[in-house]
Amino acid sequence: MSRFTGEMLSRAEELVSLYPDPRSATIPLCHLAQEQDGYVTNEAMAHIAELVGSSAAEVQGTASFYDMLKLEPVGRYVIGVCTNIACMLRGAYELLEDAEGVLDVPVGATTADGLFTLEEVECIAHCDRAPAAQVNYRYFGPLDRESFETLVTQLRNGDLDDEVPPHGTLLRVRREAPAVIPMEEIDRYRAQEAEREKASD
Amino acid sequence: MTERIVGARLHYEDSATLERFLATGGDDGLRKAVLEMRPEEVAAQVMTANLLGRGGAGFEAGRKWSMLRKAPRRYLVINGDESEPATFKDHLLVERDPHQLVEGATIAAYAIEASFVVIYLRGEFALGLERVQQAINEAYARNALGRSIFGSSFSVDIVLQPGAGAYICGEETSLIESLEGKRGFPRIKPPYFPAVIGLYGEPTIVNNVETVSNLPWIINHGGEAFKELGEGRSTGTRLFALSGQVQRPGPYEVEMTKITFRDLIYGEEFGQGLRPGRSLAAFIPGGVSAPWFFPEHLDIPLGQDEVAKAGSMLGSGSVIVMDDSSCPVRSAWRIARFFARESCGQCTPCREGGAWIDKIMRRIEEGEGREADLDLLLDLCDNISPGIKWPPAQTTICVLGPSIPPSVNAAIQHFRDDFLIHIKEGRCPHA
Repeated sequence: MSRFTGEMLSRAEELVSLYPDPRSATIPLCHLAQEQDGYVTNEAMAHIAELVGSSAAEVQGTASFYDMLKLEPVGRYVIGVCTNIACMLRGAYELLEDAEGVLDVPVGATTADGLFTLEEVECIAHCDRAPAAQVNYRYFGPLDRESFETLVTQLRNGDLDDEVPPHGTLLRVRREAPAVIPMEEIDRYRAQEAEREKASD
Repeated sequence: MTERIVGARLHYEDSATLERFLATGGDDGLRKAVLEMRPEEVAAQVMTANLLGRGGAGFEAGRKWSMLRKAPRRYLVINGDESEPATFKDHLLVERDPHQLVEGATIAAYAIEASFVVIYLRGEFALGLERVQQAINEAYARNALGRSIFGSSFSVDIVLQPGAGAYICGEETSLIESLEGKRGFPRIKPPYFPAVIGLYGEPTIVNNVETVSNLPWIINHGGEAFKELGEGRSTGTRLFALSGQVQRPGPYEVEMTKITFRDLIYGEEFGQGLRPGRSLAAFIPGGVSAPWFFPEHLDIPLGQDEVAKAGSMLGSGSVIVMDDSSCPVRSAWRIARFFARESCGQCTPCREGGAWIDKIMRRIEEGEGREADLDLLLDLCDNISPGIKWPPAQTTICVLGPSIPPSVNAAIQHFRDDFLIHIKEGRCPHA
């Protein structure tokens, strides 16, 4: 289960067809691979390369650059506590310490039950709710030890399943629009327009 | 009553829905543009409005458009990769008024006759991504996007692209590289503008989310009406993001130049001041790349040139407040550490300089510093950006490197005693 199959494959092909150059689908496909497997596997990267017309090495080169793309398994919930300036000024490092205590893992580690990975992250643009944290990129804040503990309990009990899907599921709204207007059609239209302008000069 | 443009719908609970959008003038600007105006007339209104880019650099949007090379294929990319620390205005706009963004992007596409549009949103904005995709779907469904928009001869597609976590992708050439499926490495200049060579080597306009969110209003009310707000080069309104140690952090849309930093931080309808008993130590006027301001700068108006004249920048419009309980050494270290972490690694001064500044600042903060470290830090800053002046000199491909020195330099110049206590006594005076 690492190459795209069935429904996932048709979603992948849909994404590739959206762009004038298929390689533009590289990052969206990496997100899709994460949705399927929770992280981006080597097999998925090889398949992405086939789909977009690049090499597995190029896909890995890209994937390894970005913080959100995980090349190794992570917990079902990746919790990122922001410690950048706006959150720091409102107690983010204290919150991060509390998070380590509540989850009983150091920053960067995954809990033994595979449920939570704890990360320290850079500004997530939730500064008016500082100190803030994200769980699979769904935002929470302002948090203190107590509300963080409640959040973890809710996640554990499945109370937030609607709000927070498992790690990797980024975009739950699918594109419904009809096929993209072919570039060639636009090119043709432009050429005709240019000719008309020339003729009228 | 402060004039509201991009934030006009935000007080509605359901501001993100199509119903609210259509009930509050949604689509009017786009209809007027594609049905009653020629593309160059739309561009002329934006030129008249003197709409400055809201991403950080503050370049005139109309002038940027006019630089577009007239190739048969040209692209429009909306930059929603908002990652400058303490900046959260675009986050708000994509989540709370996604239809306005799509309408604005479509107007911009019409004005520059774009063949294809991408809205590139920061990957972490999961909710924003869902709402913008929903807005795009609904725009196609009512023919506000796609073939022959509202029956006009204009057809265009908008595709939503999620980023994947990299601050550097906010830099427009880096964003384009990312959009081509690559690592987010900024491109070597010249060419200075993607308007000449951009996505897939074709001319490309990159506009910020807030910038294009202003377009429906400008088309509805005219460029002159926009220009009447604000003063001088700073026209219209801006969505300022206030954060840090104020009572009421938040996004506040205000007319440019009409209020001061004092109003924003202490005003009843804005930040409501600091916590009881605290006094202001410093504030940053435009994102962490900007030089710091101090209490003596409080009466400067929130305007592009006014802030520039005082030696800093309005940048991304995010104002970070530090009171006297905060440690300036720690704040400057945290900012330096951010840049060190987010450096793409292409240029030596930024990659190595940033990493060393992070390490040295950290050892000072932890009470392990040496007195010679202060000169060493300034020497490193000088190597990244010779002269440590403002606006900064550049030795690197992009401006990430030169963004490191301002905070380090401001903290050393203004809070030298704090550094010396850390170094000589091995303790933090604010702990």
